[in-house]
Amino acid sequence: MRNFFRGFGAVFYKEVLHVRRDPATLFFSLVIPLLQMVVLGFGIDTNIRQINTIVFNADGRRESRELLDRLRNSDTFHIIRYVENDGDLNDAIIAGKARVGIKIPVDYSDRLLHNMSAQVLVLIDGSDSSVAGQAINVTTAIGLDESLRRVLQDRASFAVDMRPKMLFNPDSRSPNFFLPGLTAILLLNVTTFLTAFSIVREKERGTLEQLFVTPVRPMGLLFGKLLPYLAIGFSELCLILTFMRFVFQVPIHGNVLVLAFLSLPYLFVSLSIGILVSSKANSQSEAIQLAFLTFLPSIFFSGYIFPRETMPVFFYVISYFIPASYYINITRGIILRGAGLSHLWLDGLALYAMGSILLLIAARRFQNKVIMA
Amino acid sequence: MKSVAVAPQMNGEVAISAEHLVRRFGSFTAVNDVSFRVQKGEIFGFLGPNGSGKTTAIKMLTGLLPLSGGQAYVEGLDVRTDSEAVRERIGYMSQNFSLYYDLTVTENLQFYGRIYSLEPARLKRRFEEIVQLNGLEPYLNRLASQLSGGWKQRLALGCAMLHEPKLLFLDEPTAGIDPVARRQLWDLLFELSGHGITFFVTTHYMDEAERCSHVAYIYYGKLIADGTPNSLRELPDVQPHGTLRVEITTPEVTRALRFARHLPGIRSATIFGQSIHALIEDRFNLDDLREQLLKNGIAVAEIRPLAPSLEDVFVELTYKHQAMLEAARA
Ligand SMILES: Nc1ncnc2c1ncn2[C@@H]1O[C@H](COP(=O)(O)OP(=O)(O)OP(=O)(O)O)[C@@H](O)[C@H]1O
Ligand SMILES: [Mg+2]
Repeated sequence: MRNFFRGFGAVFYKEVLHVRRDPATLFFSLVIPLLQMVVLGFGIDTNIRQINTIVFNADGRRESRELLDRLRNSDTFHIIRYVENDGDLNDAIIAGKARVGIKIPVDYSDRLLHNMSAQVLVLIDGSDSSVAGQAINVTTAIGLDESLRRVLQDRASFAVDMRPKMLFNPDSRSPNFFLPGLTAILLLNVTTFLTAFSIVREKERGTLEQLFVTPVRPMGLLFGKLLPYLAIGFSELCLILTFMRFVFQVPIHGNVLVLAFLSLPYLFVSLSIGILVSSKANSQSEAIQLAFLTFLPSIFFSGYIFPRETMPVFFYVISYFIPASYYINITRGIILRGAGLSHLWLDGLALYAMGSILLLIAARRFQNKVIMA
Repeated sequence: MKSVAVAPQMNGEVAISAEHLVRRFGSFTAVNDVSFRVQKGEIFGFLGPNGSGKTTAIKMLTGLLPLSGGQAYVEGLDVRTDSEAVRERIGYMSQNFSLYYDLTVTENLQFYGRIYSLEPARLKRRFEEIVQLNGLEPYLNRLASQLSGGWKQRLALGCAMLHEPKLLFLDEPTAGIDPVARRQLWDLLFELSGHGITFFVTTHYMDEAERCSHVAYIYYGKLIADGTPNSLRELPDVQPHGTLRVEITTPEVTRALRFARHLPGIRSATIFGQSIHALIEDRFNLDDLREQLLKNGIAVAEIRPLAPSLEDVFVELTYKHQAMLEAARA
């Protein structure tokens, strides 16, 4: 058995020396993901606020001003200008200066005072669907609220009071939802690149060939190369979690040890992908291109950006074959919902299975393609 | 294959035995039915033009490339079935010194020591021996990338022989190295060879070929010469019956060459520095030759008989091989 892993110790020690000799690479491979986190975490806030809004208040009396105050207080609308006619209102939206135009007709207050239904015209720029959706929801809600308030003026409370309460992510902060998914992608990037590079570099240099005339065994070489990068992957995970907790203030509700236990197979998946990339690539630039190609499905079909449930059936089926799908389930489960092994064992099992299979395939390809190239 | 010029073999233990080696890359045949034997303790020089298959042959013998045909035995072991045992016994220094440039000299050596699983005590002893033998002492803590070409080559050689292999494959060990370093390397090879180590060396330098105890010449996949340098010089193809090789020293080499090539008794002529090497029919009197040249206004300093150099040998054999190929095609 020892013979099967012959050369493991020598290769492992040598890889550690390479890493130590080149602290810049280590530093960048650990810190760049954190920078990506900052840029993406702070930059992408999917909650829409402060939509540029233009107002034509033809009425101008107290009731109309009250309505505008409500709109303004919702935080969704930011009134940038008041205009005096329909033409200007239209122009501002066509020119893209405002996303929403609100016209309060001349008889708004009169009709309300006479207990008639009043209309408010809301013009919405539909070219950005998420902005438009938010604008429709909020204006409708305010309109409904306003109507109920007037109808039920004399009563003490509403007949039915719906109070939705969001579990797990009470402020609906998008970084909370976004960062656990990002963790999966960042881990994949770092470990895949590092492994692929460490092998392709030796291919370019000719040292890999030199190794093959020594009695080192393929598995000794493979694991000697993998384990140092597995350790780096784990350090990266710790850094990301620390950053998430203390910089982004995302509370981690579940058990970190469970997360570590379920991260292990995911790291083996990334390392194996790194080996597969290096078995195909002959230069570092080829390795970069190939690695990016392998990242794409994990980015688009894993639920990291688009929820899996809303995917067309074809892509939904594909998402089952992508390790990141399971890992994102695990990170979101543990971090946001406080899930434990009893909830996530199926995802864990899937990852362990995928990790072992990929590692086997990678080892075979490594033996056939890299050694017998 | 009658096209292979084989000189009589000496007897002894065989270190390498290649039998009808073939290696194809797709439809291209890089090594074509090559057979030779290397005795233990020899310095075997493997020569041939660029792209003729030298590196490919080495890779087949070291187990880096599978054979497309034929058999190869190294130290009595079949490279196809016993490749691991073969690798324990051989050292290989590739054409482009494969060192870890971001590791120091010490770290490079120790890495190879560990890869061959030398025990700590043996590793320490071998490390000291190698450092001393290759004169690496002053550079131990230097990164391999910061060594000059000659020192890189010594370090690569050191790495390849740390585990005391009985047989070393050196692929163009002296390419791009200054003459002094070249000389020192060869002195080292002779010393090691004296201790019974067998060397398989490829080179493009004829002076190095002359120093080998056994040379072979491969020409685009075909082995066309195989023997000791002296036995090759005496081959009938190189020195046909009734011919004589002479050196004509003259201040006007180019004009002399143009003239000499048209003389009826001269078979071939080539310039070597300030002289011309010519193969002439021995009915030709050397004084007559001088007479003829002088008559045409070519000053001649000296004409003297000459043993063929290995370069002459390879040139002659290449011509012969080409002529044979053309005849076969016609
Ligand atoms: N992996 C390969 N795939 C395809 N062709 C190859 C491969 N390796 C070598 N060749 C071809 O085989 C031929 C012999 O190459 P080889 O490297 O053995 O020559 P060489 O005698 O070592 O030359 P040099 O003196 O330049 O080192 C060349 O034509 C080369 O292009
Ligand atoms: Mg070569």
